[in-house]
Amino acid sequence: MKYKASRITLLLMVIPFILLVFAFNYIPLFGWIYAFYDYKPGIPLSQTEFVGLKFFKWAIEEKEDLLRVLTNTLALSFLSILASPLSVIFAILLNELRSKKFQKLVQTLTTLPNFISWIIVYSLAFFMFSSGGLVNEVLMRLGWIDEPTTVMGNAAATWWFQTAITIWKSLGWGAIIYLAAIAGIDQELYDAAKVDGAGRFQRIMAITVPGIMPTFFVLLLLNVASVLSNGASGFEQNFVFYNSLVADRIEALDYYVYRVGITTGEISFGTAIGIAKSLISILLLFLMNALSKKVRGHSVF
Amino acid sequence: MKKDSSLAFDVFNYTVQILFTIICVYPFYYILIYSFSDPQEALKGVFLIPEGFTLVNYSTIFKLDNMFHSFMISVLRTVLGTLLTIACCSWFAYAVTKNELYLRKTIYRFLVITMYFNAGLIPWYITMKELGLKNNFLLYILPGAVVAYYVVLLKTFIEQLPQALEESAMMDGAGYFKIFTHVIFPLSMPIVATIAVFASVGQWNTWYDNYFLVSNDNLQTLQLILYNYLTDAQRIVSSSNMSDLNRGLASKISPDSIRITITMVVTLPVMLVYPFLQRFFVKGLMLGAIKG
Repeated sequence: MKYKASRITLLLMVIPFILLVFAFNYIPLFGWIYAFYDYKPGIPLSQTEFVGLKFFKWAIEEKEDLLRVLTNTLALSFLSILASPLSVIFAILLNELRSKKFQKLVQTLTTLPNFISWIIVYSLAFFMFSSGGLVNEVLMRLGWIDEPTTVMGNAAATWWFQTAITIWKSLGWGAIIYLAAIAGIDQELYDAAKVDGAGRFQRIMAITVPGIMPTFFVLLLLNVASVLSNGASGFEQNFVFYNSLVADRIEALDYYVYRVGITTGEISFGTAIGIAKSLISILLLFLMNALSKKVRGHSVF
Repeated sequence: MKKDSSLAFDVFNYTVQILFTIICVYPFYYILIYSFSDPQEALKGVFLIPEGFTLVNYSTIFKLDNMFHSFMISVLRTVLGTLLTIACCSWFAYAVTKNELYLRKTIYRFLVITMYFNAGLIPWYITMKELGLKNNFLLYILPGAVVAYYVVLLKTFIEQLPQALEESAMMDGAGYFKIFTHVIFPLSMPIVATIAVFASVGQWNTWYDNYFLVSNDNLQTLQLILYNYLTDAQRIVSSSNMSDLNRGLASKISPDSIRITITMVVTLPVMLVYPFLQRFFVKGLMLGAIKG
């Protein structure tokens, strides 16, 4: 009897937290119905016309916009996936440093960019790269250029510049995960290879790289699954670096949803695009998971 | 010959490391020295040391409207938000390790699934509004109270704690909550510290909730104030001919100095906190990695 009472107490003590999860993670899903109504802000949903898939069809008809936005989204994702081996290389180089103190120092300093907000990243980038920024100042003083460069307002350079910013922010942090993977490799393998006369480079290629591969593969799959989001904070990056000069080349899917849905007030249309994006992302995640099962015999989650 | 190529590799390696470290650190160093430079001297260029050392930038920005107040709002959301997240996640994680919990597996799945879907920006916006969190301080701390990823990390950690401790506490007649506060929570410090770093840095850095849903001046966070100054000052720059006319006023301070000094103030807490806590989150990440 007492046992049962304590079980009920336990359940009661968990319910408030279940409600929190429900309120902030599940209730927003009910907002998806806005995509099926011709919703205008200020008018209650009950007085709004049900339009079925109209806005999804509209999204397909507006294909010029959507195509441009998708191209940007995929290009930015593709470039950052292409850059992801850099973290592996950096981790291997860090691991090869002979001074552990120096390794710790580099590791600490290179992870700093990971911990600052995108607004600060933007501020730093502005003071480095704007027309009156430090980089132009230095290049002009050296006489290498006559006119200030404006990389933040240069549409052609946008994809590359944004990728460079992403690398700057995440490379050091990404390496930490691989360093943990390297630390998990059996030290005896290295000793045995040494006895067999394997050089430093051979040991890296034959032991360290294969030891990291599973971790790299999992992260790669997760990256592919989130191509439509440009990583965890793609929207924030997009938001702070967006300006009218580069708009056509920087605007990714999440920003488009924001601009159409919130700035222009096309709530229903924005929601429809958001739904399509979420569903495709989940589908990709399951696909990648199935791929992982097939290739490695493990699922990602 | 082998020795030589190894030495060449070391030289190459150290060069790469030093270069990348400089690229990572220099922008922060630049805003640091710029913020201590005399605004007019700084316009001529600051590179390695402050030009005309002064504290006037700092004394100016804290006189700006709302600056100190916003600083306190950011501190408040960071402290309260982090405490709330830790309390809720660790208790929830402990509860889902208990076989006695009715529907234990279902409840855990109900939470974990949230890691894999996202309703999107607009439904989020509408929900927050409907829940009455618009222009409400709770908007900053309540949605992040229970985070699936943290609960998973905590649960994994708690499950590998020795069972005997809990059993002996139970023999002494302690209930679940008492066991949690007196035994489980103190033993979970390594992972709690990790989560505290993630949560507090996240709280300090978050701005979009403020941007989308809070227009009340009394609830502005420091991040958004910085963003507003960054975008506003661009307008000041574009009308710089105007300020040339009344040089008397403009000579004391420059928009760039203001913006850089605010950037420094917003960055500083993160810079001070994270190096000391880094060993915790590396450990915590490895704990998480064991599961994966």
